[in-house]
Amino acid sequence: MAKQDQIISGKAFVLGKNIDTDQIIPAEHLVYSLDDPEERKFYGRYSLSGVPDAESGLPQGNIPLVEEDKFESEFNIIVGGPNFGCGSSREHAPASLDIAGVQAIIAPTFARIFYRNSVDGGFVVPYESLEDLSKEVHTGDELEIHPEERVVKNITQDKEYEIRPLGSVADIVNAGGIFEFARKEGMIPCQ
Amino acid sequence: MGMTLTEKILANHSGASSVEPGESVWVDVDVLMTHDVCGPPSIGIFQNQFGEDARVWDKEKLVIIPDHYIFTKDKYANRNVDILRAFAADQDLPYFYDVGSEDYKGVCHIALPEEGFTRPGEVLFGTDSHTCTAGAFGQFATGIGNTDAAFIMGTGQLWVKVPETMRFEFEGTSMPPYLMAKDIILKIIGDIGVDGATYRTMEFGGPGISAMSMEDRMTLTNMVIEAGGKNGVVEPDAKTEAYVRERTDKDFDPVYSDPDATYHSKYRYNLEDMVPMVAKPHSPDNKATALELEGTDLDRAYIGSCTGGKLSDFEAAAEIIAGNDLKIDTYIVPATTEIARGLETHTLNGKPLMQIFREAGCKIGQASCAACLGGPSDTFGRLNNQEVCISTTNRNYPGRMGSKESQVYLASPYTVAASAVTGKITDPRVFIQQTVI
Repeated sequence: MAKQDQIISGKAFVLGKNIDTDQIIPAEHLVYSLDDPEERKFYGRYSLSGVPDAESGLPQGNIPLVEEDKFESEFNIIVGGPNFGCGSSREHAPASLDIAGVQAIIAPTFARIFYRNSVDGGFVVPYESLEDLSKEVHTGDELEIHPEERVVKNITQDKEYEIRPLGSVADIVNAGGIFEFARKEGMIPCQ
Repeated sequence: MGMTLTEKILANHSGASSVEPGESVWVDVDVLMTHDVCGPPSIGIFQNQFGEDARVWDKEKLVIIPDHYIFTKDKYANRNVDILRAFAADQDLPYFYDVGSEDYKGVCHIALPEEGFTRPGEVLFGTDSHTCTAGAFGQFATGIGNTDAAFIMGTGQLWVKVPETMRFEFEGTSMPPYLMAKDIILKIIGDIGVDGATYRTMEFGGPGISAMSMEDRMTLTNMVIEAGGKNGVVEPDAKTEAYVRERTDKDFDPVYSDPDATYHSKYRYNLEDMVPMVAKPHSPDNKATALELEGTDLDRAYIGSCTGGKLSDFEAAAEIIAGNDLKIDTYIVPATTEIARGLETHTLNGKPLMQIFREAGCKIGQASCAACLGGPSDTFGRLNNQEVCISTTNRNYPGRMGSKESQVYLASPYTVAASAVTGKITDPRVFIQQTVI
């Protein structure tokens, strides 16, 4: 996962509001091993495959995050509407995005278990935007996230948007997850 | 300053005399629950982080209940149960409810109370978002991911941000005969929205709640996650105590909200004013009354899950189904094996509930999560095409019960049963008035 102060740049993939974890990784796919290097690739293959076709890759729609014969995406920044990641506590959801090559998600609000899993598992950085950018940004736009300046630059549209600081979870994001954080803090012994 | 029930539990478990909403605390965990979907990856992380030979922090506090993908030919799903089996044997876990054994239970959120793990005043984490169900017993209970579960397996602790509490006060001394807890929670979610309680506790109280059975209270707390809530709680009372004492010898210390506790907000409802509710596709907050949707064509009815597969849910459905022909395929899935046995022993007008369902032509499944969350393609009751289904489950997201082309309406067991009889969405009040109980 990217560090808190690391600039993330790449192509945006845009989704609407209330993207639930069943849409991020449908339940039928929750059977593959996350530990097996070959099997875990399927989580990348099927990441966001539950999103209705017309709502996948807005505003145009009908764009899959990952193409049919691939395991990784050409898009590495998700832009979503409010309440991103609602529903099930399946950690396979942020893991699937990570395996597909997604590094960060920008949304005005997140569902709490998804947010927590993203951070504690060190999968993707969840950035909260001040405005709902899902109606501003187009799938394929080139974005740059500048955490220290608290802005997202849309290179394609020549616009800037504000994001909130990570706050109290910044230390866990910087450490790379809850285990790395706990080792740094001396809560659990180093390996 | 006073504290809410949730704040008190978090203070008691973090060694603090008091806590305030917004602060992060490390709490000691009383029970960690996992199942066949999230157990194997949690175990993988635990072994990666703490070593192949590491022991769990307290084997008496780890409960493993396989329930999601049980009756399937899917090789990966069956392999995952094998991983649980090997881990439980290796760690010598006393509370593993193995598939195919006499111990097998079914849906974890109903199995936990049945087996005495939902003790008032305690902290329960589970690798499933509906872990919040246990709040019905005055326990702090919430869902977590695999990484957090692995962290608890190794340390017995987890950090929690203390949530603000929203209070939902219910007037009325008894449930009107046509009303079920499912109608109440669908109404609340419709009112506050699917993110209306995000990061917060939903606390239910008042005389209307005291009048409810434990199973009804569980239906309320089960669905707080559908409003984004961190946990849901009902203050323990004599009913709670009686239920829990019957199922465990362990001591527990109930806590209660102080009269001067601070709340984020307060809502007031009267049971007498409420009517049968439905959540339309594809969101639990897409509310309508059953009456408004009357006549909507359906292909299937489904009665099951942690929300709507309890004994009282089937008793309600049987009241309406008894003696009627069903117009659409109707699936019955008891949440647990204990409930499945109850369907054989509980009767309505002298007839076992199971016999009523069989005679009406219902399709009866084995205790498990089954089609509530779709699952592998051979899952019992799964929506594989463009079916329109009315269901007692808790989520109707796109593709939740299988195909992205399907549509799910959420409703109470009364409304689902009434709709099964007519083949269209039907307000159950017509049937209730005719029923002799």
